[in-house]
Amino acid sequence: MGKKTDTILDWGNQRFPVTKVWDEHLAKYYAPKNFNFWWYFGSLSMLVLVLQIVTGIWLTMYYKPDAKMAFDSVEFIMRDVNWGWLIRYLHSTGASAFFIVVYLHMFRGLIYGSFKKPRELVWILGMFIFFCLMAEAFMGYLLPWGQMSFWGAQVIISLFSAIPYFGEDLTLWIRGDYVIADATLNRFFAFHVIAVPLAIVLLVFLHIVALHQVGSNNPDGIDIKKLKDHWTEVPLDGIPFHPFYSVKDLVGVAVFMIVFSIILFYMPDMGGYFLEHANFIPADPLQTPEHIAPVWYFTPYYAMLRAVPDKLGGVIVMGASIFVLFILPWLDRSKVKSIRYRGILTKGAVTTFVISFLVLGYLGTQPATPIAVTFARIFTCLYFAFFLLMPVYSKLDKTKPVPDRLTESSPMRVCPAIPCKFASALWQKFSTLSVYSKLKLIVDQVKAVLCKLDEFLFECYKTIAKVVKKQ
Amino acid sequence: MSDQGIDVSRRHFLTASATAVGAVGTGFAAVPFLSAMSPSAKARAAGAPVEVDISKLASGQRIVVKWRGKPVWILKRGEAALQSLANDEAQLRDPESNESKQPESSHNRYRSIKPEIFVAIGICTHLGCSPTFRPDIAPKDLGNDWQGGFFCPCHGSSFDYAGRVFQGVPAPTNLEIPPYVYLSDTRILVGKNEEGAA
Repeated sequence: MGKKTDTILDWGNQRFPVTKVWDEHLAKYYAPKNFNFWWYFGSLSMLVLVLQIVTGIWLTMYYKPDAKMAFDSVEFIMRDVNWGWLIRYLHSTGASAFFIVVYLHMFRGLIYGSFKKPRELVWILGMFIFFCLMAEAFMGYLLPWGQMSFWGAQVIISLFSAIPYFGEDLTLWIRGDYVIADATLNRFFAFHVIAVPLAIVLLVFLHIVALHQVGSNNPDGIDIKKLKDHWTEVPLDGIPFHPFYSVKDLVGVAVFMIVFSIILFYMPDMGGYFLEHANFIPADPLQTPEHIAPVWYFTPYYAMLRAVPDKLGGVIVMGASIFVLFILPWLDRSKVKSIRYRGILTKGAVTTFVISFLVLGYLGTQPATPIAVTFARIFTCLYFAFFLLMPVYSKLDKTKPVPDRLTESSPMRVCPAIPCKFASALWQKFSTLSVYSKLKLIVDQVKAVLCKLDEFLFECYKTIAKVVKKQ
Repeated sequence: MSDQGIDVSRRHFLTASATAVGAVGTGFAAVPFLSAMSPSAKARAAGAPVEVDISKLASGQRIVVKWRGKPVWILKRGEAALQSLANDEAQLRDPESNESKQPESSHNRYRSIKPEIFVAIGICTHLGCSPTFRPDIAPKDLGNDWQGGFFCPCHGSSFDYAGRVFQGVPAPTNLEIPPYVYLSDTRILVGKNEEGAA
């Protein structure tokens, strides 16, 4: 860095912890070096959040939150505003993309035990973000004022009327009118563009601060802070987030953008899953569409709601399906975090959970025929069984011993991973030779001596440092 | 901070009372914001009664009118439809309509003032969808016992020709009957009962 930039940086540092924040959260934030594919989705969620905020700001430049004008203003954006179609489709496709990356991000946390001690608060803050995201998506969906917007909102707001005693008054208060009307649209607009985004941004900030306090988990579920280099205090299995993961995440971003663009340009409504067909008809308070279903990301919960033949019961089950995620850190009694070191019980349970979630998601898009309802009941039970039986099976489950170091850091794993078949076979042969075992013995001994020497030097350094300090 | 020579209990009292007063103040300050979200004076004033001419209504025909933003159905029931109301009572959740909302003048088996003319708010008591009118007898999707009525496509609640809910469906009560009066034999006024506006 040049002298001039140094001076500017100094000027800044005296007034704001520029370097301190940069180091703490990027350049000297040590993340485990074995992040796999699943670790892309946190940064991708942030990317989509930024995308939604930017496209959202541009949409509000032309959108009119008025029951008489809303539908037409969206069509106006689509047809007459320069690049309006692109900005609108970026926003609507972005909403679905947001849920895809967030669901994958949450699933990562689930299978690798990222919610377990000491990361309970990271998980709970994340759950609050998820909750806000659902509110954000729900209120945003009313704004185009199509048939699905109207009747979807009607159904979801009516959920609150199931609450005994004050439910009806509560729905009236939420709508601001006796039916979904202009008042409802206008306030949902206010929440969608100001209140909830602010809450999400704040929660994301807290989520990351909490994460950086405890450190990132990894596919092995091993605490890398336990083993540090005694000279530098850097975790032996850690690498600085910047530039290692900031650059790696760019690859993830590139792949994500390719997939996202294909959907954006070739199937922005995703065959009715991202933008439902009925929503291209203006809202009509007198006529419910023949078949109403929420957008795909809500369908699993919607299927659970329909599975219960009782109004209040259905609402309770639906609420519980989200609430149970909040208490996940206290349901899991396993000693190990990662699925890699867990036994057949947990693996079976996770598989059941994934199948239940997907089947419920499918059923939620289908009409409520008796056979569909029966299946929804079975899979609702399985969904809850995964959580409610967790204290039992996670404790009974046979776990494998967890090593001290990340498995990917062992040099022994590098060689057999050689992609070439011939080289791999050669290595196999070589490793059986007596020369190999003798060589290995020598290397190990040299390593042990070097370690001893290093420890001795460190002890000397500590003693000298103590003496110097005293004087 | 040193606590020496300081009356800690007095300090605690001041802290606690300041917090309490602050909380009460915040509570009062929240009232306008919470109250502003309730229906406005204009929304409350809207909802004038709607006059409907039923002289051209044929037997088995249903018309939909808008009252207070909600769909109101007016259905002329034939002999068979009225007969089905007497036969299905064992399968209903609330056959006497004791748990349901209706004006006193419609608190009977037919849930109407005149048996043949049925007036109801077409909003499902489950989650607020508008059920579809299904006069077909024993259709494929509703089963052989279906004698005609209303079916909610959202969550599968079904109602008979008097808007009475069947058992085993999510809707908790019968469809709501709005207040209405007959101005003459062929004209009804929805939104008003004998005592005046509802």
